[in-house]
Amino acid sequence: MKPSLSRWLGLISILLGILAWDVIVRVSDLPKFILPSPADVWMRMLKSLADGSLLLHTGYTLIEILLGLLFGVCFATIIGYMLAKSRSLEKILSPYLVASQAIPIVAVAPLLVLWFGSGITSKVLICALIVFFPVLVNTVVGVRAVPPVLYDLMNSVRATRWQILLKLELPASLPVLLGGLRIGATLSVIGAIVGELVDAQIGLGFLLKVGDFQYDTSMVFVAVFMLVSLALMLYGIVTLLEKRFLKWQNRLDV
Amino acid sequence: MSLRGTRRATKQSQNFWEIASGKVRPRNDMVKTMTTNPILTVKDLNVVFPDSNGGLHALEDISFEVCPRDFICFLGPSGSGKTTLLRILAGLLKPTNGEVNFIGNQHPGVGMVFQQPNLMPWRSVMDNIKLPLELEGISETDARIKAQEMIELVGLRGFEDSWPRELSGGMAQRVGIARALIHDPDLLLLDEPFGSLDAITRERMWMELSRIWQAKQKTVIMVTHSINESLFLADRVLVLTQRPGKIKFDLKVDLPRPRNDDIRYTPHFGKLARKLRETIE
Ligand SMILES: Nc1ncnc2c1ncn2[C@@H]1O[C@H](COP(=O)(O)OP(=O)(O)OP(=O)(O)O)[C@@H](O)[C@H]1O
Ligand SMILES: [Mg+2]
Repeated sequence: MKPSLSRWLGLISILLGILAWDVIVRVSDLPKFILPSPADVWMRMLKSLADGSLLLHTGYTLIEILLGLLFGVCFATIIGYMLAKSRSLEKILSPYLVASQAIPIVAVAPLLVLWFGSGITSKVLICALIVFFPVLVNTVVGVRAVPPVLYDLMNSVRATRWQILLKLELPASLPVLLGGLRIGATLSVIGAIVGELVDAQIGLGFLLKVGDFQYDTSMVFVAVFMLVSLALMLYGIVTLLEKRFLKWQNRLDV
Repeated sequence: MSLRGTRRATKQSQNFWEIASGKVRPRNDMVKTMTTNPILTVKDLNVVFPDSNGGLHALEDISFEVCPRDFICFLGPSGSGKTTLLRILAGLLKPTNGEVNFIGNQHPGVGMVFQQPNLMPWRSVMDNIKLPLELEGISETDARIKAQEMIELVGLRGFEDSWPRELSGGMAQRVGIARALIHDPDLLLLDEPFGSLDAITRERMWMELSRIWQAKQKTVIMVTHSINESLFLADRVLVLTQRPGKIKFDLKVDLPRPRNDDIRYTPHFGKLARKLRETIE
């Protein structure tokens, strides 16, 4: 199939989806607060864009997500690296790590909001927490998978510890690291929303709640679309990073 | 044996040569053997790898000496511990017991060619070759110029920007050879470096290696499976036994230098080759 055609396929599929949605609304004749039509949602979006509220809430959520990602990824890679290097540390920490995975984030979120307040801190923490584990696991896997013969190479030319980290371990585990970041990026959006749904005065989660409360279902749809766009944008950024840094892997899909 | 500080290492390697050759460069082989001390002494080396039934004895009571500018080949069957020996000499592995002493107790700069090409798949050919210079902190432009020279030497012009996955096995191995030579190491450790090359390229690489070895005053320790290769290149061939690896035979190769293709058809070459073949079988 021609690449130009396959590029259009995605767009066509989206347009068909919207069309189907519109047809369902017209045929079923549901009330607007149950299922708004695409045009209703579009108008609602234009309105909230015009009064600046949409950008404000989206921006706030985006900041939470980015900060959460930053902290989560940093801690996860540092701790993951240490775990990969030390079997005994792994034995000490792994019960806690596994246990932390058994607790769903929605169960911890109210606790964190209680402890850290309904401001940005609790949301960033929830985000960081949800991002932490997949990135950690991928870091451990990535660093452990560095071929031992490449360590031999680096040591044979007297590379320092630091040089081994920068010129061997980092690039060798980058594919797996970026894989973890890709999962983390989408999860972080969920984390921010879960936190905001518990308690917040601002953010897309807050908008969702308010829309639901006021039977402003079009507003709920707008908030959901913004969330999806944020997730897609983050995902896209990770994909761009992969194309930029992993072009040695496969020339075909660049 | 210090493993850090590249700047210090280069300085040390100068001392290393001053000590090794007494500052006066030998004129010919006769003088060389009279005036030089061994730069490397290996004594009663044993390597046992831990395993479930009491340990795997890989090398047993290995002793030998290496003089500056020696070209030594190790010949031995698969599993006789050749790679293990090279890893010990490179300082990558500690022997279970026995001694490995370099002159002045300073580990010389090492260039190692591994049994597999061992390239970094995320680096282009050029970047793989200049890695050792990068680690020494040499400027990007200088490193590139030097790497380009090495690329010409191993016949890979035009492939500077290729990724390792785009190379054939033999080409990848040549990149590994270029990388081992680029930082001008005092000691070259070669683990079956030409195993994956075709016959013609292999023989060209033999000539190149002889030339480099003679021009640059290197000490070479090489592992090979090929009797011809060892006789063509080496001053001395050490034959290892099946596991545990022991030195079974020590052959001095007194063929004149420089050696060229024709030497392989001389009666003396044939006699040495027969000797080696007999001990191996
Ligand atoms: N890191 C290790 N851990 C355990 N056993 C090892 C290790 N390295 C090598 N061995 C064992 O030591 C023995 C010698 O291995 P080595 O790789 O030195 O052989 P070799 O002479 O290089 O063989 P080949 O010609 O096939 O490359 C083998 O039996 C191998 O299984
Ligand atoms: Mg080997």
